[in-house]
Amino acid sequence: MSPEFERRLTRDWDDPAVIGIDGYRAKGGYEALKNALNMDAAAIIDTVKASGLRGRGGAGFPTGVKWSFVPTNTGKPTYVVVNFDESEPGTCNNRELVERDPHRLLEGTAIAALSIGCRTAFIYVRGEYLAQGEILERAIAEAYEAGFLGKGIGGSDVDLDIVLHRGAGAYICGEETALLNSLEGLRGQPRLRPPFPAVEGLYASPTVINNVETLMSVPDIVVRGPEWFREYGTEKSPGTKMFTISGKVERPGNYELPLGTPLRVLLEDVAGGVLGGRSLKAWTPGGSSTPLLTAEHIDTPLDYESVAAAGSLLGTGAVMVLDDTDCVVDAAQRMTRFYAHESCGKCTPCREGTWWAERVLGRIADGYGTAEDIPVMADMGKHIMFRAFCALADGAASVIDSSLKHFREEFEEHVRLGRCPLRLDHEAVAV
Amino acid sequence: MVVFEGERLEEAKEILGRYPEGHERSAIMPLLYLAQSVEGHISREGLKEVAGLLDLTTAEVEAVASFYSMFRLRPTGTHVVSVCTNLACMLRGARDVYEAAHEAAEMRHGQELSEDELITLHEEECLGVCDFAPVVQVNFANHDQVTPERMRELIAGLRDGSVPEPSRGGPAMSSFKSASRVLAGLEEAPA
Repeated sequence: MSPEFERRLTRDWDDPAVIGIDGYRAKGGYEALKNALNMDAAAIIDTVKASGLRGRGGAGFPTGVKWSFVPTNTGKPTYVVVNFDESEPGTCNNRELVERDPHRLLEGTAIAALSIGCRTAFIYVRGEYLAQGEILERAIAEAYEAGFLGKGIGGSDVDLDIVLHRGAGAYICGEETALLNSLEGLRGQPRLRPPFPAVEGLYASPTVINNVETLMSVPDIVVRGPEWFREYGTEKSPGTKMFTISGKVERPGNYELPLGTPLRVLLEDVAGGVLGGRSLKAWTPGGSSTPLLTAEHIDTPLDYESVAAAGSLLGTGAVMVLDDTDCVVDAAQRMTRFYAHESCGKCTPCREGTWWAERVLGRIADGYGTAEDIPVMADMGKHIMFRAFCALADGAASVIDSSLKHFREEFEEHVRLGRCPLRLDHEAVAV
Repeated sequence: MVVFEGERLEEAKEILGRYPEGHERSAIMPLLYLAQSVEGHISREGLKEVAGLLDLTTAEVEAVASFYSMFRLRPTGTHVVSVCTNLACMLRGARDVYEAAHEAAEMRHGQELSEDELITLHEEECLGVCDFAPVVQVNFANHDQVTPERMRELIAGLRDGSVPEPSRGGPAMSSFKSASRVLAGLEEAPA
């Protein structure tokens, strides 16, 4: 049995008509924007602040507070940039939110723009989301046609343009300052902070960067109020959130749940349990950059505080499930290869550390590891963590550290036996 | 001008106009996609012409182009087949799918382009379709829950000159060039 609650972000997912603007308006779409046009900017920000909405892209920073940091009296334009570069391994809820309800993103973006006096907003969509970019292009064209974008939106004297910008295959561009560099036509490498984007972001102007799910949560908060938003979730992690569950589960997918729902409910009740009735071995709470947890943590409530207390991070809410036939060393090696591939090359600990870690993990996985390799890996994690410019390196170190912390014996078995203890040969087990 | 001439030059100017005045450099990525849509990859000439449009050096443009994996600076197949093997797909059998792609396209590991120059095979990082793992993209259009058998069918289809319909999210992209046009924010060109 799935938990009983009122679906919010996904409530219109069963109605394909909402993809078009008429269908969206028939369900009350763009009413929030009309309300917001009659509010002053401070009132919009106060409403979002009071809701306790936290950024859904991984960091969990309070959205209203972020908006309030933007100075509007600098004489420079202000910008809203939507981070639709969703690339954290295991994460795909932004993709489905946009596929099924694209106008809600435009409406949330417009409300954010009103709150900081922005006249040009950008949506940065990862290049591989070609079809989703096309869905947004059509939605943007419809919104211009209906007068919700362009000159004098919704009959007001406010102008707003939205520009869609496509990425080209770089995970690092999900990091907000790398995204800004990419949008400015540079290599997507992160910037030193401070100055923070709120003060000096896009084109050295005050900028708000928000995740897709975050902005899509905003219209309902404006119409129904902060108290309504807080009916679900916890005091510090209010509202519902999208979770992606994938890997060895019966029903992989994107599911909306109140924050604080235990993993057990998501895994067993919502996603139908571990594939083939096998047992849970390890899972990521929020994509591959968040430390692995184990079967022992199955009752962890999925909210920012509880997952942190369990030794990991809620991240993007992307749960990848490994069962008892999956090799942790193999999984760690594959995840580490991702960071080695995606490291932007700016910082030595990340660029060189991920490259070496991939190779050392690879030889352990293949049965050629030595006893010294395991302490070397533990040491390497320490020398990557917090030693680089941005969080990409920390994600890479989290994979190494958490897999060793929970499964050190499995690493040692590989070295002792000279092969993977779960396999007789190097062939992957067919699913 | 070899790449941006006639209608393409007009399209390049339209792309430049999307960004705020004084910030035309932001157009570099869509311009690179447009160059790629003409040549099937981005040649030295393409880099040079993008630089000319933006008043940058060729080196500055190459620095950007070489950073992103979706810009191809080497000869590329008519179709780009991307197989995700990141964790969520790997757990659902992506390695076997990737092997099947090599066999069907008659390509060795490490070989980017098939002998007939029809297919570029690419091992991908997470494509954000973990709910339908293992996933494959053909010219950036999604194919869900691909088995090794389905992978062989997809390659055979490309060999027969028919680009298979994707699982969701719009029509097939008839070629990598065509997909690059869409990524530049333009309509897919008539064949």
